[in-house]
Amino acid sequence: MSTPSSAAEPLLRVEDLRVEFPTEDGVVHAVDGVSYEVQRGRTLGIVGESGSGKTVSSLTTLGLTRTQGARISGRILFDGKDLVALSESELRTIRGNEIAMIFQDPLSSLHPFFKVGAQLIEAVRVHQDVSKGAARKRAIELLGLVGIPDPNRRVDEYPHEFSGGMRQRAMIAMALSNEPQLLIADEPTTALDVTVQAQILALLERLQQELGMAIVMITHDLGVVAEMADDIAVMYAGRIVENASAETLFAGPEHPYTWGLLKSIPTLTGSRAQPLVPISGSPPSLINPPPGCHFHPRCPYSQPDHARIDPQLRPLPDAPSHQVACLLEPSVRKRLWDELGEGKTPEQARADVGLPAPAEALASAADPVGDAPEVGL
Amino acid sequence: MTRYIIRRLLWGVVLLVLVLALLFVIFRILPTADPAKLRAGRIQNPKIIAEIRHDLGLDKSLPAQFWIYIKGIFLHFNLGYSYYSNAPVKELIFNRLPATLSLVLGGAVIWLFTGLSIGIISARRAGSKLDRASMGTALVLVSAPEFWLGLLVLFFFASDIGKVHIFPGAGSYVGLTTAPDKWFTSLIMPWVVVAAGTAAIYARLLRGSLIETMGEDYIRTARAKGLSERRVVLRHGLRSAINPIVTVLGIDIAVLLGSSVLVETVFDIPGIGRLNYVAITHSDFPIVQGTVLFAAMFVILANIIVDIAYAYLDPRVRYS
Repeated sequence: MSTPSSAAEPLLRVEDLRVEFPTEDGVVHAVDGVSYEVQRGRTLGIVGESGSGKTVSSLTTLGLTRTQGARISGRILFDGKDLVALSESELRTIRGNEIAMIFQDPLSSLHPFFKVGAQLIEAVRVHQDVSKGAARKRAIELLGLVGIPDPNRRVDEYPHEFSGGMRQRAMIAMALSNEPQLLIADEPTTALDVTVQAQILALLERLQQELGMAIVMITHDLGVVAEMADDIAVMYAGRIVENASAETLFAGPEHPYTWGLLKSIPTLTGSRAQPLVPISGSPPSLINPPPGCHFHPRCPYSQPDHARIDPQLRPLPDAPSHQVACLLEPSVRKRLWDELGEGKTPEQARADVGLPAPAEALASAADPVGDAPEVGL
Repeated sequence: MTRYIIRRLLWGVVLLVLVLALLFVIFRILPTADPAKLRAGRIQNPKIIAEIRHDLGLDKSLPAQFWIYIKGIFLHFNLGYSYYSNAPVKELIFNRLPATLSLVLGGAVIWLFTGLSIGIISARRAGSKLDRASMGTALVLVSAPEFWLGLLVLFFFASDIGKVHIFPGAGSYVGLTTAPDKWFTSLIMPWVVVAAGTAAIYARLLRGSLIETMGEDYIRTARAKGLSERRVVLRHGLRSAINPIVTVLGIDIAVLLGSSVLVETVFDIPGIGRLNYVAITHSDFPIVQGTVLFAAMFVILANIIVDIAYAYLDPRVRYS
């Protein structure tokens, strides 16, 4: 699947996607010029905090943000068709059919008043012209496929009679009813117990191998994508700030935000003495995002001109498939990551590399419009 | 489920006894006109009054009277006799029931249909001019007293006194079995008047409930399945949003069955409300007592039906 010819024709190609929601307080730039690709049969992990635009970009793929009065521009090419330009009725033939989606909270995502079987049967019959009986058979088969025991009986139960993990399995079964080419999984394990999380991820992996579908895995949890994803896109404030294969990203992350994400999760191999380092501050407003690099107010390494210059997502000179949107010099980034890898705090790393602290840097730059950066930790 | 229904029915009986006790207190113990005197006629002979008092059992102790009253109702459904015509109240009420049922059930069909349609349209176009216009109209209709609305409609559309002679006016009611076409035309205006306020309430209720439901995660799932927007709203959305309507529908019908006094009086429909109105003006207490008991029974019954319906509508209630 990674041959150059198939890479030239991805299943899904999102180009400069922008999604804006006009509100009373101003225009929310939920997705601000995002581009990514998903190859057939592969998994793309989209990682970011809540409010980074990862869910909105995926809902937009299915046309589900249209009803909320969103302004959408850019292109979403799926199998050669531009989903942004399709009419609602054309899009409906793709939704739940060629592209399916599962959501974070399986309990609230299933209709509480309809039997699980009825909801599956409906999903089958929207896109396939089959009898109720045949659809029911298919529903039972699907429940079996996702590992629900005794599907003949379970098919007639209501969602509230299922456990959390079972509900998510039922959601997955529903998403698979028409054998989609692409499955979008929006935080599929966030609402579940840790042990159940692992089961659901294993199930998704198994199903992907059996059915050959591509998966977009949206999550805030790098642990989840580490297990599943072939490629990873890190989103921040409506943009992709780093994009690479999973191996590359975990071996040599380039963006300070990605470093922050990696340093804020515990590892089994790391020393216990090594403290977890949270990313200071909170995600920025999407109505008035910070000028320049959107991450600069929270970045421990930000320099005066970072508040002015808006970094573009650019491939690394020596690794074209690895893209990053950061204003620091590649050599500086490499040294910083090495320092962090040795267990240094961001401040120590910055001092060792010889970068001025953001506050001093700002003061010496005498930039009258610069935002006061938040220096936490 | 059966146990649940039985429990609810038993509670209904307990409630009915409480209502009976309350009625007994109101009509027998609290100071009212002496029933015996009321029945004695113009020439008030103390001997006759004493006789009547004995016949009515009013010379017995209050607990004994209550026991007889309860026994009569539970064993024979005996509601007593009119002071004026001496006719059994039970019969009077049953004779009047068809007219009231016609009025209320026909009205319910209209208010359900219009209220729900407007509610759905308003919810789907929340904030639009259409939505604001219908919600404004609804507010006016909710606030308009029924008798005033009734008089207004008669003033404009009644075939005898109206500005435009379209519908048969007050007093034109005939039974369904006598002449179905006349039954229908005579009830059009009363139906509209009975339905107006309730339809407005239902429209507002459903609008709010549907707007809330349409924001639920499972609606997003329904859309993600590729269902048409029509099916998403009418099947998935309405199925949840309708629950509060079911709750109020039962109670509304029941309350109206017992108390459609104003509309029946304005349109001169020989229903229970009209019976009650005339009885009140004549101090014919057994009839008043009987109609009130009837109304209470309807409400109790409606509550039980609503609870059972609710259990069927919401599977989560059914099993808990």
